[in-house]
Amino acid sequence: MHIQVDAIHKICIICSKSGIEDVYSALILANGAVMEGMEANLFFTFFGLDAITKKRMKRLKTPAIGNPSLRFLNGLPFPSFLGFLPGVEAIISGSMHRRLEKKGIPGTEEFLQMITAGGGKLYACKLAMELFKLKKADLSDEIAGIITVGEFYEQCSGDRTQIIYI
Amino acid sequence: MNRTIAGQHIEFSDDGFMTDMQVWTQEIAVELAKEYGIELSEKHIAVLEFVRKKHREGVEMTLRLVGSSGITDIKEMYVLFPKRPLKLAALIAGIPKPSGCL
Repeated sequence: MHIQVDAIHKICIICSKSGIEDVYSALILANGAVMEGMEANLFFTFFGLDAITKKRMKRLKTPAIGNPSLRFLNGLPFPSFLGFLPGVEAIISGSMHRRLEKKGIPGTEEFLQMITAGGGKLYACKLAMELFKLKKADLSDEIAGIITVGEFYEQCSGDRTQIIYI
Repeated sequence: MNRTIAGQHIEFSDDGFMTDMQVWTQEIAVELAKEYGIELSEKHIAVLEFVRKKHREGVEMTLRLVGSSGITDIKEMYVLFPKRPLKLAALIAGIPKPSGCL
C-alpha cells in the first residue's frame, strides 16, 4: 500500500444541520478518515446537535419541504406542496432510514461509536448547547467534550489539516 | 508488479493488493504482515480467514462486518491492524482492496 507523503493528516468536520443526509455525510466522512489512518475531529453545532442528542438522534429527518431532489419510488418528481401534508416527512424519512440500513450503514449511536473506536473525537458546540438549553447528560456518551469555537480550532491546528463544513 | 514472498512469485496490484487470492498461504500472510510491523496472532489469522470467507461469498467488505463477526470488535481491529484496519486486513488476507466507504 503506497502512502503519499503529502497525504492529509487530519480532518476536521463541522456538522451544523440535522437532516439525515447532512448528518450521515459528516459521519461517513469522519469514519472514512479514521479508517484511512487520519485524525478526525467532529464538531456538532446548531441543529447538528440533534445527531448527538440522545432523545433526537434516532429520529433524524429528511426535509419534505424545499428539497428539490425528492422523487417518488418510480422516479417521478415529488411536488413540494405534498410536503406540507402531515406524516409525509415521516414517510420520506422512514424510507431514507431503510435505504441506509439496507446498505449496511449503522444507526447514529453505533456510527458515533465506530468513529470513537478508531480514535476520532466528537465535540459539542458550547454556544449552541446554551442556545438550546442542552446539558452534557442529554448527549451521547461518545462526546469527548463541550467546547468553544476557539478550542475547536486548537484541535484543528497543524500541517495537512482540512476543515469541512456541512 | 511481481514479488517473491515466502518462496513464491506473487502478483500484486499497483496499490499493493494480491491479484489472486487462491495463491495465498499463511506463510505469505506472515511475511506481508511483517512489512507493516504486524506479528500475526491467532486472532489476526481468524480475522484473515473471516474476510477471505466473506469475500468468497461475494459480501461487500466493511469494518462493521468484521466488527460483528464475533471474532473481534471495531476498537480491537484498530489495535490488530493499526491505522488502516480494513485495508490492512484485506491486504494481508490476499483479497482485493475493499471498495466500500465503511
